[in-house]
Amino acid sequence: MGMTMTQKILAAHCGQATVKPGQLINAKLDVVLGNDITTPVAINEFEKAGFHTVFDNKKINIVLDHFVPNKDIKSAQQSKRCRDFANKYDILNFFDVGQMGIEHALLPEQGIVTAGDCIVGADSHTCTYGAVGAFSTGVGSTDMAAAMATGELWFKVPAAIQVVLQGQLHRPVTGKDVILHLIGEIGVSGALYKSLEFTGEGVASLTMEDRLCICNMAIEAGAKNGIFPVDATCTNYLTGRSQRPWQAYTADADAVYDRVITIDLDALEPTVSYPHLPENTHLAKEGGKIAIDQVVIGSCTNGRIEDMEAAYQILKGKRVAKGVRAIIIPATMAIYKECILRGYTAAFVDAGCVVSTPTCGPCLGGYMGILAENERCVSTTNRNFVGRMGHITSEIYLASPATAAASALTGHITDPREV
Amino acid sequence: MNAQGSVFKYGDNIDTDVIIPARYLNTQSAQELASHCMEDIDKTFISKVQPGDIMVGGENFGCGSSREHAPLAIKTAGISCVIAKSYARIFYRNAINIGLPILECTAASDAISAGDTVTVDFDTGVIVDNTTGQTFQAEPFPPFIQQIITAGGLMANIQNGIREEK
Ligand code: SF4
Repeated sequence: MGMTMTQKILAAHCGQATVKPGQLINAKLDVVLGNDITTPVAINEFEKAGFHTVFDNKKINIVLDHFVPNKDIKSAQQSKRCRDFANKYDILNFFDVGQMGIEHALLPEQGIVTAGDCIVGADSHTCTYGAVGAFSTGVGSTDMAAAMATGELWFKVPAAIQVVLQGQLHRPVTGKDVILHLIGEIGVSGALYKSLEFTGEGVASLTMEDRLCICNMAIEAGAKNGIFPVDATCTNYLTGRSQRPWQAYTADADAVYDRVITIDLDALEPTVSYPHLPENTHLAKEGGKIAIDQVVIGSCTNGRIEDMEAAYQILKGKRVAKGVRAIIIPATMAIYKECILRGYTAAFVDAGCVVSTPTCGPCLGGYMGILAENERCVSTTNRNFVGRMGHITSEIYLASPATAAASALTGHITDPREV
Repeated sequence: MNAQGSVFKYGDNIDTDVIIPARYLNTQSAQELASHCMEDIDKTFISKVQPGDIMVGGENFGCGSSREHAPLAIKTAGISCVIAKSYARIFYRNAINIGLPILECTAASDAISAGDTVTVDFDTGVIVDNTTGQTFQAEPFPPFIQQIITAGGLMANIQNGIREEK
């Protein structure tokens, strides 16, 4: 029986010729990640278990991104705990305020994650790095502690769903619309425990930003990981960026998939997920009656430079609607700087938006844009659960940066092709 | 090992944001986390829950973020066991790793009502609804997972392994 791309990477990392779905394995890790919320819990477990060394100070990454610059004393304490640990164990990739970015935008940008890697992160959106052809999945803090101590972790080898992308993507339709559409089709538990393997001629029309965004939300379909083939777009991205040599794995021709789903990219339209589940998808053009109070453009899903560019193309020279608060958060310091150099920041401010330094902030209801009772927000983030961004009666509508920017201009959910 | 208690029942896709909202994630204090457990969907949970009580959910329980604070809050609130049709995979790992017993059983999840008294035998996976007299059989854990549970969690299991190697 042939193996999927994910199964091949796992087999290579557990030293076996083949692995089968359902098999429990111990795999060696190339990258271990944690953030300012999950790392302190991992440090507690690491210390409680009596460990005094980390397996490799170059393979552990700690990124302060959720509550930084710190929003209160408690979150400052958590950052300090991470900082002290990073200093004590000489963690090479420790990203503090000034160098940090939202972890899942930062690690690919810095070339820390690369094709063929086996990666875990104590953050559910660690699945993002499947875009560069890695096996990458989210785990909890105790898993992170174990990974820091031993450099290995147990996995159940996943079965897979193959997602065949046909045709090509037409802007302003983006990767965000592809993944929202897919989750709408299969539901929030449609890929539970499984890999989502993307393939087909349509892959070539997707930018790296599209792929990172698509893999980012694999978890919103319940998937263990999402993964893209290592094609020319991917190797161009990795060249000069990847800090290590990479390896491109391909699925066997006779790999077995539990299910095959075909998406016709030509037919996709700007898509929005209504509250309170990402599977609750509608077309943006049907949202005209839904008045909004806030727009958030940013996060690990859509805070990259191409996302900023999409927002800029729509907002430049215009004003956001009266009564709408528009919050734009470039995901890393490099993107933040690029927005300044390209004149996006000035255009955003002229349009009546605020522009923040990188932070997760409002995405998880942390700070920097919390919603009041009954307020509605169009957001480029990835979750619209009850209370995720503030009051339990507030509502989040997930969309692409183009749809969010268009909605900011009109004050209601708007198809970006209409502005 | 057994657990017995009365049931708190919730639906499908109970996510980690409602189990413990992110606004409380600036603390690692288990007690403080527990005091806000479930408050966004069930304000009375934390005042009613008694040590040993059992939580029953539907499909995809614990979906969303990787926060280990979620199973920790449930465990610290006094819940002795979670029964659901299926779990989001990170929640499943986290629960095993921190020693919160969880069982998968669709029939039990469908049949058990809120407020019922339920007994769970972890060794056999047998679930008894004492209120209705119905009995259910949960999926047994694979031996490797059983080993982590018996060791008292993932870190203890790793330390056992290191001791054996020496
Ligand atoms: S931006 Fe949102 S989803 Fe992404 S890592 Fe931060 S909190 Fe998580």
